[in-house]
Amino acid sequence: MTEFLQFFQSADVTLSDKLLEVVYILIGLIAFYAGVRNALDQTNEKRLGTAFFWCVLGVLFIVGRWVPSTVAGVLVVLMVIPPILKQVGRGVGGEPTAEEMQGNYEKIGMKLFVPALSLGVMALVFALFTNISSLVGLTFGVVVGGVLLMAFSRKNTPRVFLDDTRRMLDTVGPLSMLPVLLAALGAIFTAAGVGDVISELVSGVIPQGNAVVGVVVYAIGMAVFTMVMGNAYGAITVMTVGIGAPFVLSLGADPALIGSVALTCGFCGTLMTPMAANFNIVPVAILEMKDSYGVIKKQVPIALFMLAAQIVYMIVFGL
Amino acid sequence: MDPAELIKLLGIVIVVAGFALKLDSILIIMVAAVATAVVGGMDPVAFLDTLGESFVSNRSMCIFIMTFVITGTLERSGLRQAAAALIRKLKNASAGMIVSAYGVVRVLFAAFNVNFGGVAGFIRPVVMPMEQAAVERDGNKIDEKHLEELKGVSAGIDNVAWFFGQVLFIGGSGGLLVQGTLAGLGYDVSLADLAAVQVPVAVLAMLAAIVYYNLIDRRLMKRRGRAGDAADAAAEKDAQAEKGGDAR
Repeated sequence: MTEFLQFFQSADVTLSDKLLEVVYILIGLIAFYAGVRNALDQTNEKRLGTAFFWCVLGVLFIVGRWVPSTVAGVLVVLMVIPPILKQVGRGVGGEPTAEEMQGNYEKIGMKLFVPALSLGVMALVFALFTNISSLVGLTFGVVVGGVLLMAFSRKNTPRVFLDDTRRMLDTVGPLSMLPVLLAALGAIFTAAGVGDVISELVSGVIPQGNAVVGVVVYAIGMAVFTMVMGNAYGAITVMTVGIGAPFVLSLGADPALIGSVALTCGFCGTLMTPMAANFNIVPVAILEMKDSYGVIKKQVPIALFMLAAQIVYMIVFGL
Repeated sequence: MDPAELIKLLGIVIVVAGFALKLDSILIIMVAAVATAVVGGMDPVAFLDTLGESFVSNRSMCIFIMTFVITGTLERSGLRQAAAALIRKLKNASAGMIVSAYGVVRVLFAAFNVNFGGVAGFIRPVVMPMEQAAVERDGNKIDEKHLEELKGVSAGIDNVAWFFGQVLFIGGSGGLLVQGTLAGLGYDVSLADLAAVQVPVAVLAMLAAIVYYNLIDRRLMKRRGRAGDAADAAAEKDAQAEKGGDAR
């Protein structure tokens, strides 16, 4: 507790970091709320596992900074047990009906776009005009949007916001933890020396010190790895540790441009693979198409063009 | 290199094979992490330490939980209906123009992290009926092959706009993952920079999709025109044949 107070009173910690920590505590409380509500939800057949998952996540967010890393690691391991055992689910009900949404739209109208855009606008404003993290700006945008929504309709009470937040969390479920778990996997790879092994292997194939060749291998590797795995987020950790860092970034390339565009090179792979079923195969079913590859076929020319264009972009502006 | 070092790649093999076999994603990641730690000679405490440290320092990737505070209620308040009303303002547009307009709206809103539906929530209930109506404005029913192509194009623009638009949002999960990965390697980059470099990429991607999909639309409409002429000619012939029949 004293450490906690010291952090917020310390002059060495920036205002941005203090506010960001407050944001994490709020997120922790939201996750905890979702856990408690699930525990009490008789319609959720897996309510104990679900509650455990969200509550541990909440605790990780609230105390994560103040406990030893080993303890946090144990909490992460505990947290992923219910989803692995398929013990996270959701109750029934809570979704707005079509009539309700139509009725609310007719009452509120086009000004509904103002709160919708407030998060992005505030994140941008904070990024451009303050030294405070854009994520704090985004949170401020959430507050602004929430106040506007309450002003637009008396039906939007704090309880409605809380329950809708819980509904959204139940909808995305534990899979929403994928990026953060993949980042942790990347950290383990780095700590275990996986990157060194890959770069040693690749250095036998591509010449060291040639950033252009490095970019081409990194970009195409991102697309191909993503096609195999069906997930660009999984590919970016592995490829950046193994190829991006040793063969491109270590030669003095612009890390923001190279790293960011490598991810969208991976997205080109996503556009071309049936492994990304959510984007490429599920729509075929939803639209009742005959050809299972009907969506992918319309995306391949664009994906190949964009992959080539992005490689040129990285070489010309990133090196 | 010592061939024994290759065993360290076991984790990567597990990730690639696991995702390709569609096993449980979280299970794959945890198995790959444990396997890498074991073959890499990390002791359990070092493993838990790295895992915990990485998770806590990457908490920013879960900022989406904060956005949910209003996105659920925005949906309830009729955001999708508002977006549908916006797109429906297009009167007398061709199917290609409707696809393009949807793509532009979708990418702009994606840049602000606003998701108003996608294929299930928007393409099927709003965009497809509009496109079909645009094609059938000449009074003839759309043929199945034409409709199938338009469905592919509409789902395609949705993916292109959503993928390349999302990375424009400062605080989107893609940018946060790249930032976290680079930080682990010793490179500090800002979320704003990661988003800024994507602006030309997104513009080019949308242009490419719009041009390509409008070419497809024009080809389809030309083919339809020829088929329509042929049908008219056939109908005329039938009519003449009937007249001839009367005369007989």
